[in-house]
Amino acid sequence: MAIPVAVEQAIDWEIGEQQIGLWRDAWQRFRRNRLALLGGALVLILVVVAFLSPLLVHFGIIINPTTQEVEHIEVGPGMFRHVLGTDQLGRDTLSRLMFGSRISLSVGILVQGIILPIGLAIGLTAGYFGGRIDNLLMRFTDIWYAFPDLIFVLVLVSVFGPSLLSIFGAIALVNWVGLARLVRGQVLSIKEKEFIEAARSSGSAPFKLIVKHLLPNSLGPIIVTLTFGIPQAIFLEAVLSFLGVGIQPPTPTWGQMVFDGYEAIYANPTSVVFPALAIGFTLLAFSFIGDGLRDALDPRMRR
Amino acid sequence: MAVTAGRPNRGALLPARVSALTGSRAGSLTIFIVRRVLWMIPIIFFVILITFLLMHLAPGSPWDKDGGRQLSQVVRDNLNAKYGLNKPELQQFMLYLWNAIHFDFGLSYQYSGKSVVKLIAEGWPYTMTLGVLAFLLIVPVGVGLGVLAALRQNSRVDYITMGFATFAASFPNFVIGALMVVFLSVLMAKWTQRAFFLPAADFGLDDHLIMPVITLSLLPIAYTARLTRASTLDTIRQDFIRTAWAKGLSERLVVVRHILKNSLIPVVTTLGPTFAFLVTGSIIVETIFNIPGIGRAFVTAVSSRDYPMILGTTVLFSVIIAVANLVVDVLYVFIDPRVRLT
Repeated sequence: MAIPVAVEQAIDWEIGEQQIGLWRDAWQRFRRNRLALLGGALVLILVVVAFLSPLLVHFGIIINPTTQEVEHIEVGPGMFRHVLGTDQLGRDTLSRLMFGSRISLSVGILVQGIILPIGLAIGLTAGYFGGRIDNLLMRFTDIWYAFPDLIFVLVLVSVFGPSLLSIFGAIALVNWVGLARLVRGQVLSIKEKEFIEAARSSGSAPFKLIVKHLLPNSLGPIIVTLTFGIPQAIFLEAVLSFLGVGIQPPTPTWGQMVFDGYEAIYANPTSVVFPALAIGFTLLAFSFIGDGLRDALDPRMRR
Repeated sequence: MAVTAGRPNRGALLPARVSALTGSRAGSLTIFIVRRVLWMIPIIFFVILITFLLMHLAPGSPWDKDGGRQLSQVVRDNLNAKYGLNKPELQQFMLYLWNAIHFDFGLSYQYSGKSVVKLIAEGWPYTMTLGVLAFLLIVPVGVGLGVLAALRQNSRVDYITMGFATFAASFPNFVIGALMVVFLSVLMAKWTQRAFFLPAADFGLDDHLIMPVITLSLLPIAYTARLTRASTLDTIRQDFIRTAWAKGLSERLVVVRHILKNSLIPVVTTLGPTFAFLVTGSIIVETIFNIPGIGRAFVTAVSSRDYPMILGTTVLFSVIIAVANLVVDVLYVFIDPRVRLT
């Protein structure tokens, strides 16, 4: 029985439409989201600033963030070649802001680097093997959830001291639970699908199943979770600095700058405003990217 | 979800099965509540255990000074004896648990002679006032904005509300608090020659409350508004709403009796996380506005390594959040008859 030409063309057309891969489709949808692009541009600028600031200091284009000018304390923006003014010790606010971005970005990204293997290992194990292991691991994450984020981080930092390592570790330690739960949920829902059944019946070992099938298919939500984890980590670091138990001076961080400016708020209010806005807009940029990625990668949002 | 009006009396049609169902629901509800309450005990036990272990893992002793002259060994021994630190660790932990059950959380290191319970009791009224006021602001404002945005979807009201919610959800509360102090207090005082501005320091039951309460409630308001909007939009598209419009009910009746009643159910679940926000938010807000509540006491305890105080406050915070979540879960079951008990 011959298939009518019209129907054949329709089938061809449909197959052609489906051949756009997930990643290309996601990128096309991400590109159409103006807020996400704006967020991306902001983050890109920040990354460039973070990489270039030591070079700029080296070539004398901006002032060293630890150089004190005792004769120019708490000057307003635009005075004595301090574009954004100085702080209570006469240090240049612009330069400190630029160096502060290095801390914020590295906290945001490195913490995700620590969370990823922990969350993947626990989530995959719990989801794939199920049963008693799953129950045990999930009760464990329940207990972790009982600690409010900020309180747990503060406790950890008070115990292990305010070193860079303990702050990064503490923030990672409170944030892996969300990823582990997500991965477990993903694995549970994918595990029962037919293609997994097919792979298993054709003799795939558990490890291969996990790496080749379960992991790639839950990659989208994992990426989204990690992206939203970045502003969360930056926020926690900034709060720690603001409360005076974060990364210690003289390393400039935005939270610390808000705190310092806040102490001298009547002398020079702008020294609070700039770092505060830097924190706010950085977090906003990352959450725009996160929103964009979520909309782009969620298969339910596809036509 | 079925149309409720005009439904035949199911009890008349299926008497035996329905009564059996309702009977088992009441029974399983009791089991559900009991199980949830019992589940709190291990959670709180582990919170105490983990925090206790961390405190004892900490390098150095609480009597180490940051610099300068250290205490002599005799003084250290006496201090250890006073705070029971000379006993074996396990015994210390059992003793702590035993005392905690009797609401005794030991003596503070930092204020000698004051008990942790007393310090917490001193800060409690401030934190409580802030929390209750913020809560009273969050629910009506958050829900109101969310419903408004959903009913006028894609209008200017919707965009402004959701734009505000996005900002409020991204800007950390200490940033918002600091910016408010700069603009509403410092600069406002300067511009109006001190005629009109909001006070930022100290604490009193008057206009001193405005900025702290707003700072504390902005983030939860944003979350509540977003969730209410999503849930209302979901309800509006349901068949029974179309039916309600079609049978000619007034707008008021449709919105209040049909839309609100159904779309507010998921909003109840956010009340649990809202409590967590208020608890952690109080730490930041009390520090910014210099309010002598539990949150600020916790920060002071953290920076001076006052372990009994840290431990006591952490336990208190976790219990508050656990109880709030429990209440919300139980409330949810009562409000929404469709919820499955697991």
